[in-house]
Parts: sequence; C-alpha cells; structure tokens
Amino acid sequence: MTLPLFGPQHDPGPSFVDLLHKLGHHPLGQLSPETSTAPFDIRHGTTIAAIRYADGVVMAGDRRATAGPSIAHRAMEKVYPADRHSGIAIAGAAGVALEMVKLFQLQLEHYEKVEGQALSLEGKANQLAQMVRSNLAMAMQGFVVVPLFAGYDLRRRTGRIYTYDPTGGRYEETDFHADGSGGRDARTTIKLGWTDGLTREAAIELAVHALYEAADEDSATGGPDTVRGIYPTVATITAEGYEPASDGEVADRFASIVAARSSRGQRP
Amino acid sequence: MSMPFYVAPEQFMKDKADFARKNIGRGRPLVAMVYADGILICAENASKTLHKVSEIYDRIAFGGVGKYNEFDQLRRAGVQHADVKGYQFSREDVDARSLANLYAQYIGNVFTHEMKPLEVEILVAEVDSDATGDQLFHILYDGTVVDEDRFSVLGGEADAITARMKEGFVADAPLAEALRIAAAALGGPERTLAVPGLEVAVLERSSVGRAFRRVDDSEAAVLLDQPPSASADGAAEVASAEGDTADGPATPDATAGPEPSEG
Repeated sequence: MTLPLFGPQHDPGPSFVDLLHKLGHHPLGQLSPETSTAPFDIRHGTTIAAIRYADGVVMAGDRRATAGPSIAHRAMEKVYPADRHSGIAIAGAAGVALEMVKLFQLQLEHYEKVEGQALSLEGKANQLAQMVRSNLAMAMQGFVVVPLFAGYDLRRRTGRIYTYDPTGGRYEETDFHADGSGGRDARTTIKLGWTDGLTREAAIELAVHALYEAADEDSATGGPDTVRGIYPTVATITAEGYEPASDGEVADRFASIVAARSSRGQRP
Repeated sequence: MSMPFYVAPEQFMKDKADFARKNIGRGRPLVAMVYADGILICAENASKTLHKVSEIYDRIAFGGVGKYNEFDQLRRAGVQHADVKGYQFSREDVDARSLANLYAQYIGNVFTHEMKPLEVEILVAEVDSDATGDQLFHILYDGTVVDEDRFSVLGGEADAITARMKEGFVADAPLAEALRIAAAALGGPERTLAVPGLEVAVLERSSVGRAFRRVDDSEAAVLLDQPPSASADGAAEVASAEGDTADGPATPDATAGPEPSEG
C-alpha cells in the first residue's frame, strides 16, 4: 500500500467513495444486470423512525432482523451516529445497509479531515442520497437499502430529517418520518401524537410507542423483549451532539405506555 | 558561462540539500512535545485558516513546515492513505510508523530523482494510552526518518529551539505548562509569541476515537496567561514559504490572492 498521490487533475478530492474507486475498490459492490432475484433469503431490517422535537431530533429503530420467515437476529442495531451532530437509521437488506452506514461515516470523517471543516447537514444528506442511488442495481435484486438521516443543523439551530427512496431520491420532512415494513403503522402513531415543541421525554415516548405499534402489526418488526432485556435503539441529536438513550430509560418509557393502555382498559 | 559537463554526485546532492535546508530554515518553526495528557503540537503560524498542524487519524496527527502547498499535498495523501487502510483492515491497524515510512520513501525519492527536492519537513505524531508509548517521527527533506523522544523541533532555527527545549522540557507537564515551554522555545529569549500568531493542537491520550483537538485562541490565551487576543491585523493570510527574501522570485503562493504590503 502506497501513499495515494494524485496529480491535481486526478485527485478525488475530499470524497472517500471516489478515492476508493480510484484505488480499485468497489465498496457497495457491483452486480451484473443479468442476474435475477437472489436465490437465498436476504436478511432484512425493519422499522425506523425519526421525530423532531424542541431540542433537536429523536431517532429510533427496532432490533429484529428477519430472513424470510425466520428471525435472523434479535439485537441488531439500526441507528448509528453518522458524525457528531447527525445520525443514520437503516431499513432493508441488513448486510448492505451496514456497509452503507460504515461508508457514510467514513465519507463524512474523510471530508472533514481533508477539507478542515465538516460538511453542512444538507451536504451530508446529499452524499447519502448518492450512495443510495449507487446501490440501485443491487436494490433491484432485492438488496434494497432505505436509510433515514437526521441531524441537528448548527446554522439553523433546529433538527432536520431526510428520507430516501431506493432510487436515491431525497426528501426533507419537517416534523417526523418512519420507514421499513412497519413504517406506515409507526408513522400513523407518531402523526396522532405529534405536536410542535415536544420535550425530550415526550419525544422518546412517542418514538417508542410508534415502534411498539409497528411491532404489533408487522411480524418483521421486533417489539420490546423484556425476557432478554432487548429494547429499541433510541438516540437524541441536539446541539450537544448524538446521545444514545440508555436501555433503562427506554424500558421506563415502555412501562409508561403499557400503564397508559391498562388504565384505558386495553390489554397491552 | 557554460554548464559543466560533469557534476560530481556529492556536489549535486549537496546543492539540493543546501537548497532545501535553506528554504526550510527560513520558514517558521514547529514544536511537538509529550505532556501529561497527550502530545502537544505548537507552530508559529500567522494564518488562522491555513493550518500546519492537522488530524490524520484517530490517534495520529500531522505537522509540516516549509512550502505550504508541498506539505499540504502530503497531508492530504496521509489522510487518504489512513482512511483507506482503516477501511480495508480496521481502525486499530492504522499507525504512525508505517505512514512515516511512506512519507520518507516519497520524499526521499523526490530528493534523489526530481529536479528540485521538496522544501518540507514533516512530523507524524501518535499518542498512546501511556506517555512511554507516544511516538514522534520527524521526516527530513531528503527522506531521513528520525524517531524522536519527548519532543521534536521542525524548521526555523531548529538548533537553537532544540537547545531551549532540552533545557526547558519537563516530563508529565500539564497542558498550560507544556504550552508555555513550547511557546518559549519557539519564540526565544527576545520575543514572546502572542496567541494569534500560534497554532496549537493536541492529541489527547484519554480520548475514545478521535483524539485530535485544536486549541482555539481564547483557550490558548487562558493557558498562556495572555489577555484575550484583539482582532487579527490587516495582513492577508499567507502560508507559503514564509520569510520571503528581497532577491529571487517569490515562491508560488498557496492562497488565491496576492500578498499585500504590510501596514
């Protein structure tokens, strides 16, 4: 391995993905267009959500990964810090999605080190859109990855949420969004509970409730596993940065959801 | 006067070495030292944006003196190398030693084979969880690598600064004292370097993940017990071969604009 010294016309600039291509790596893989759907069960990951609140954004994801009808993984992490003030949540084919998260994190770090300053939040969202777009061939074969990107915009001093479709289309949501096989149920739950200026506790509870409802309706979404102590991944992103919520706190939020349902006479 | 048919190799190399040394010696110096909580890197730098000290990887930092566009190109290559290596293998596999060797190879090659040597001196520093494991690699204009202990001095009047560091160095110093020692060594007995003219960064031992941190002017002022700095003077920020001479052409500038007159 040598020092990658490029002439000024060939320098890939601060793009880590372009640097890898120039060096002959193909991180998100290449599939020939002739192959049809994969002959094996692709491991999929499922419900993710992001909610804007008073101090920033809350991101949450369930823990289940399925491969066809089986549960492939019970404690999969689907929410990751992209960098200090942003987070990425993934739904879709787990292996490719995790590779995309890793590449995205490296892309942001690389840009910051080469340029001497971090990308703007919108720049980060754009970079992720390009990565999703470059995965389209794989997506057509069943290895679809749909991320959810959210962060705290230090210039505008507000949380911002971006969602994507498999072609790399990027959509900014003003208030909240949820994706994955349980996405619709989660979105409806959030829609009914969202108000502007939610507190941190209320936002986390709303996110956790949304995942709970999604798990209730979608077999591919995992609910809280009190037996093993596995709860959804929840993280807040504010001016102070990305901060995961502890399992204890998430467990408490579930407990209060369950209590509220019991008090209404519903069985939890 | 006609060109001589034959130049002795020793003479040829000596001319190149003299050329590089002279130009590096005219530039402003940089000092790195091991302190209690990590490695401090301090450079005399009039610019707030054209950095001489930068992050390479989690526990690795870069320092350069001499011709800005030349060492900045090396900095970028270092970041690119480190990120690709960390991606291919793992983050823990990226180390300063192998990067220092790559720099030495390249710089040495240019010194021997190209018309003009690189007028740069490079520092690659890596912080460890314990001070005894900290590493400072100093790469010279001809590709020589020196594995330094406790502190390293680049550029400027290196001998005088090294003597001052030898005398003033204190092992396990807290950041404020370390910065004071470094700034005093850089400035010398006649001058006290003011915070706006200093670029300060640290690699913090206790960090998880990225250990590099720039020390901004207000923090540096507090550490050095100086009054909060006034706004920078009107001179534009130029970090190309500093200390330009009256004779000879000006070395190509790394910045976009022309250098304005002082005052």
